[in-house]
Amino acid sequence: MESLILRGGHLLDPSQGIDEQVDVVIENGKVTDITPPGRKARGREVNVEGMFVAPGLVDIHVHLREPGYEYKETIETGANAAVAGGFTSIVAMPNTDPPPDTAAAVLGFAARARNAACRVYTVGTITQGRQGQELSEMADLVAAGVVGFSDDGAPVSNSRVLLNAMEYTRPLEKAILSHCEVPELSEGGQMHEGRVSSELGIAGMPPIAESLGISRDIALAGYSGARLHICHVSAAGSVDVIRSAKMAGNARITAETAPHYLALTDEAVRTFDSNAKMNPPLRTRQDQEALKKALQDGTIDVIATDHAPHSHEEKQVEFDAAPFGIIGLETSLGVCWTELVKTGVLTPMQLIGKMSTNPAQVCGLPAGTLKPGVAADVVVIDPDMRWVVAEPFRSRSQNSPFIGCELQGRAILTIVGGTVRYAAGTLVR
Amino acid sequence: MTKWTRKHLLGLADLTREEISQILDSADQFVSVLDRPMRSVPTLRGWTVVNLFFEDSTRTRISFELAEKRLGADIVNFSVSTSSVKKGETLRDTARNIEAMRVDAVVIRHRSVGAPHFLSRHIQGSVINAGDGSHEHPTQGLLDLLTIRRHFGHIDGLRVAIVGDIRHSRVARSDVWGFTTMGAEVVLCGPPTLLPKHTDNFPAKVTTRLEEALEGADVVYALRIQRERQAAGLFPSIREYSAQYGISSERMERAKPTAVLLHPGPINRGWELTDEVTDGPRSLILQQVTHGVAIRMAVLYLTAGRDPAQLDLAPKP
Repeated sequence: MESLILRGGHLLDPSQGIDEQVDVVIENGKVTDITPPGRKARGREVNVEGMFVAPGLVDIHVHLREPGYEYKETIETGANAAVAGGFTSIVAMPNTDPPPDTAAAVLGFAARARNAACRVYTVGTITQGRQGQELSEMADLVAAGVVGFSDDGAPVSNSRVLLNAMEYTRPLEKAILSHCEVPELSEGGQMHEGRVSSELGIAGMPPIAESLGISRDIALAGYSGARLHICHVSAAGSVDVIRSAKMAGNARITAETAPHYLALTDEAVRTFDSNAKMNPPLRTRQDQEALKKALQDGTIDVIATDHAPHSHEEKQVEFDAAPFGIIGLETSLGVCWTELVKTGVLTPMQLIGKMSTNPAQVCGLPAGTLKPGVAADVVVIDPDMRWVVAEPFRSRSQNSPFIGCELQGRAILTIVGGTVRYAAGTLVR
Repeated sequence: MTKWTRKHLLGLADLTREEISQILDSADQFVSVLDRPMRSVPTLRGWTVVNLFFEDSTRTRISFELAEKRLGADIVNFSVSTSSVKKGETLRDTARNIEAMRVDAVVIRHRSVGAPHFLSRHIQGSVINAGDGSHEHPTQGLLDLLTIRRHFGHIDGLRVAIVGDIRHSRVARSDVWGFTTMGAEVVLCGPPTLLPKHTDNFPAKVTTRLEEALEGADVVYALRIQRERQAAGLFPSIREYSAQYGISSERMERAKPTAVLLHPGPINRGWELTDEVTDGPRSLILQQVTHGVAIRMAVLYLTAGRDPAQLDLAPKP
């Protein structure tokens, strides 16, 4: 395998505390050296001066739809979208048909993911068939390679079942990734319950449906000692619950939010565009401010996309008939750079922590670092590039609320295991 | 007067005072037409309208049909029981088919909020909202305005109390926008579970106390109460609802002596209104129905791009 030297870029590596201009040397698929700029080395040189170089981005909340819904997305198309967005590792959520609730299903998934453009992992289900009743064979699933457990959008509503799952998985050292929601409170809801829903007459999903679900899961995690990762936090009240639980220190918790909650509010629903519809829903300016503060003070550790592809036919319907979810892999970095870095909410280094190092740790992935010796999963980011989001996406689906938006900041080079998988506009395989 | 420029009528929230006045003025002319023996003014001859009703509605559909017939338009009725919607056709495909049939206007009633707006993005013709979910029912709001303006001679400065299931009511939403845009003051009243959760965006007062809402009201608007809301646990019983929020002659005494009563129909007699007050001298409920036809004629006429100044009201065979 050829060697590659990334010359003169500004390295952002939270795992080593490096935030300066260096050369990164890649040989045989691994990072072999990080040197002061200009030192002699053999291999293909790429001048990345003026760019940021970082460990490849890691998205631990992606819906790849395979098996069962290949018309929305496949492992292949999802991975192609991922590398175009700067991601080198992604974790699939389990709402497929059949779901990854057996070792055989997980091994089948892994076999299909082997030739994908980036590293593709999957979580296993907490319960068989995501029915919330009988536990999946969780030890067997870990042996087959799952990196966490989740029933995703079908949160385990029976607290006894979830407590059993948490106690059972504790020695397995995998996190429970929880979509926290009290379904009775959000049932029938189509958007955030607030001024806009009241005005439009659309049934609302109250923010307490989320924060109350989070409170329960945190209590169960504290009692069981399990590791809990709270998915897609969208509401200010949820942030308060997580912050005080983290300060009390009696549960092992991490939390994530998604780029769209930072960039959009429920005002986007006024046009009845179904690409403004996801669960949890877009909330208010106050919730946005709380999320940004939570990213700053470490209450929220991770930014994940909740990439949820749906076909044009499914989304181009009446608002209440449309499925929840939007795609996000190809816009995540641009949205976060625009909304968080440009505005001074996070430093570039902090953003890489939220989008690479921290998520890798939550799922125990060999990623999120460029320490010499590790696999060379690298992203090069142009912080100044302005671009307008436009179809077609590499994802098989096009359900993005950001179409037509101008963003600043973009991945221009994505390297997976030393191989260039995406370079400025074209997909290199 | 500025020229009417809107192709669609999707809601009252974004109409200006001038636009609403223009519709009411045109409707006044059509009321006079409806009062004479020869009630047709075939000014929309050759104009094709589809009545697209995805939700049961007898009176709104009949009112639109009558308005269309009085204007001489060609009419196609498309309702959910006879349509291909039951076979799973999407609204987008329905819209494309309508488009292919070269239709000039679509009147749509749909249970989904925003369905008329969706349709307006997919067809060339005019779209008239005949009620979308709990969002808006603009022609109802306009016929209410017309009824009140014809009764009092003005709308400015009146106090309007809307009582009942505000939360799920498209009539209440259209009326809030319509009445406040025309200068009236609106009070919304109902049990807490039937009020919108957040009312900051409404230019209206909100109260759970009926006496407070009725105090000094010029217009008392009772909304229809639906049994399914009780089944969903939003209030304990129809009996308790009537006791707390039903409008009776005694309660009307709280309002001004000149106050009038409106209801969008159909009425649950004995639930939201007593028989006595429904059929009493203050009730304008049947006038609302008459004015509904005139309002719909005006809306069809204006959205068809016809100039009200050119309106020829001479009776034609």
